[in-house]
Amino acid sequence: MIAALRTPRGLATAAILLVLAVLPLLTQAFDQRYLLSVGTRIVIWSIAAISLNMILGYGGLVSFGHAVFFGIGGYAVGILSANGLQSGWLQWPVAIAASVLWAALVGALSLRTRGLYFIMITLAFAQLVFYVSAGLEAYGADDGLNISRSRFPGLIDLRDKASFYWLCFVLLLGTLWFCSRFANSRFGFVLRGAKSNDQRMMALGFPVFRYRLAAFILSGAFGGLSGILLANEGAYVSPAMMSWVKSGDLIVIVVLGGMGTLFGPLYGTIAFFVLEESLKPLLDLARKGWGEYWQIVFGPMLVLIALYAKGGIDSLLGRRRG
Amino acid sequence: MDYLLIQMLNGVQLGLLMFLLAAGLTLTFGIMDLVNLAHGSLYMMGAYIAWTLIGVTDSFVLGALLALPATFLLGVVVEAVVMRRLYARDHLDQVLATFGLILFFNELVRAVWGPAGKSIAVPAFLAHTVEILPGVLYPAYRFAIIVVGALVALLLAWLVARTRLGMLIRAGASNRRMIGALGVNIELLFSLVFGLGAVFAGLAGLMAAPISSVKIGMGDDILILAFVIIVIGGIGSIKGAFVAAMVVGQIDIVGRAFLPDFLKTFMSSAAASSAAPAISQVLVYVLMAGVLVWRPTGLFGQRT
Repeated sequence: MIAALRTPRGLATAAILLVLAVLPLLTQAFDQRYLLSVGTRIVIWSIAAISLNMILGYGGLVSFGHAVFFGIGGYAVGILSANGLQSGWLQWPVAIAASVLWAALVGALSLRTRGLYFIMITLAFAQLVFYVSAGLEAYGADDGLNISRSRFPGLIDLRDKASFYWLCFVLLLGTLWFCSRFANSRFGFVLRGAKSNDQRMMALGFPVFRYRLAAFILSGAFGGLSGILLANEGAYVSPAMMSWVKSGDLIVIVVLGGMGTLFGPLYGTIAFFVLEESLKPLLDLARKGWGEYWQIVFGPMLVLIALYAKGGIDSLLGRRRG
Repeated sequence: MDYLLIQMLNGVQLGLLMFLLAAGLTLTFGIMDLVNLAHGSLYMMGAYIAWTLIGVTDSFVLGALLALPATFLLGVVVEAVVMRRLYARDHLDQVLATFGLILFFNELVRAVWGPAGKSIAVPAFLAHTVEILPGVLYPAYRFAIIVVGALVALLLAWLVARTRLGMLIRAGASNRRMIGALGVNIELLFSLVFGLGAVFAGLAGLMAAPISSVKIGMGDDILILAFVIIVIGGIGSIKGAFVAAMVVGQIDIVGRAFLPDFLKTFMSSAAASSAAPAISQVLVYVLMAGVLVWRPTGLFGQRT
């Protein structure tokens, strides 16, 4: 534990987690309420990115529809809430169950395919849910739906920004813990083996399809959790939560941070949000009004990252042990 | 009956537009092994460039004809600057880089042409209706799209099946390294194919402009449909792309035209008219899932 702190990676990670742990106190001390909401979104998106990393990073499965779990988790909460069922004890398990079911269905169909076919079929299934949600006249259709936050009477009040943030942070720690157990288990090693050579793993007698499906479902469950949190963060759900651009953003985050690494998705999310929040003022500084067009700079940056920085931020922090 | 015929023609027209987009996509994937998400950006750029040139020349035909070499040039530049470096990379790098290009082009358009959509008027000589069957009237512009689309599809079929360039394209699709070893200038071939795909995408974009509108991100939704089409048809297969585009065009249009009436038999009319487009979209994806379960490499794809 102490030894881990001596490496740049250990130090950076400890510093990030420490700042995240006390963020509500910092934002209160400096009276920056907006930063707390950015921080909350960073923590929620990190959970989603970690869940995508389980299949993309460790499994090598390029799922281009992961934002659909934002939508499924969010809409499960939203639809129950719109029907007067406000209890989090009901909403959250239903949302996770819906995500698991959808992941099982999509995984069972899409994992039969390879390469570009897999990328496109995961995208297409996400679009399917997107269009269904946009057609739900009773739940706001395109405009989305304002909801009231999940209720856990006597336990926690999600309307309080700081309590909600800490809940998200604790869930992030839980997700990280789970992911580290997952990655270093026999299960995780089979998945990683199948990433580098699935024929060989099959020849060794591992039912690769079932392992991948199980990973896909786990990933969907944590994705659904991030959707629940996102819906509660804004007290609002809409089809835009699961637009395919969000799925693209999640892939960007995972690659930016470092694929197949435990903390990579966390670094990636922070870098992504910091870039977004800083490119705008920087460009505005260069010339007023340019900040609006920050993606003109961000887009080519992605091209450069894809071409020259495959290891992501994690690889900047020194070589990995083991 | 006439209504059905007109809707089916609309389906053919949409299918041909999507085929133009899908053809470039399936060629670049089949030959260069490149996943190009930014193909929809070329569709959008074609429409915007045409809008500007039509304004300058004050003629739809002239502006459209000038926009085609312009999109070819744009395609060749994009290929030389970015795509060329991606051929040897894995699909994830390609997805990431071309996703970056989409963001770039969408914002570029917003910075250059402004956030509001543009519209291109239907040219005067096509702003009437034609009598396709006794008593059945059809807008001349849409009919012209069908004619141009069908001609371009035939041209492409001829190009691929009967010319030397087509021979190289087919050879490239089956074994890229071998034709390089045989002394074919692969870089030039790839540039040409990418430029050709860009022209088809641009043509589809500018032809669609008068019936929809020219706006930011217009290429993104139709691009996903084009991907669905090439996945259904089998990646790399032009024939597959054509068949799938026709089928998807029919599902989409017929779904939009007839589902509302059918749904109204058991739900309120407001709900029916908002659910129908969603359901016809869903049908397309269900079709794709069904095809992939039955044949994981698409209808006309190479077996692995």
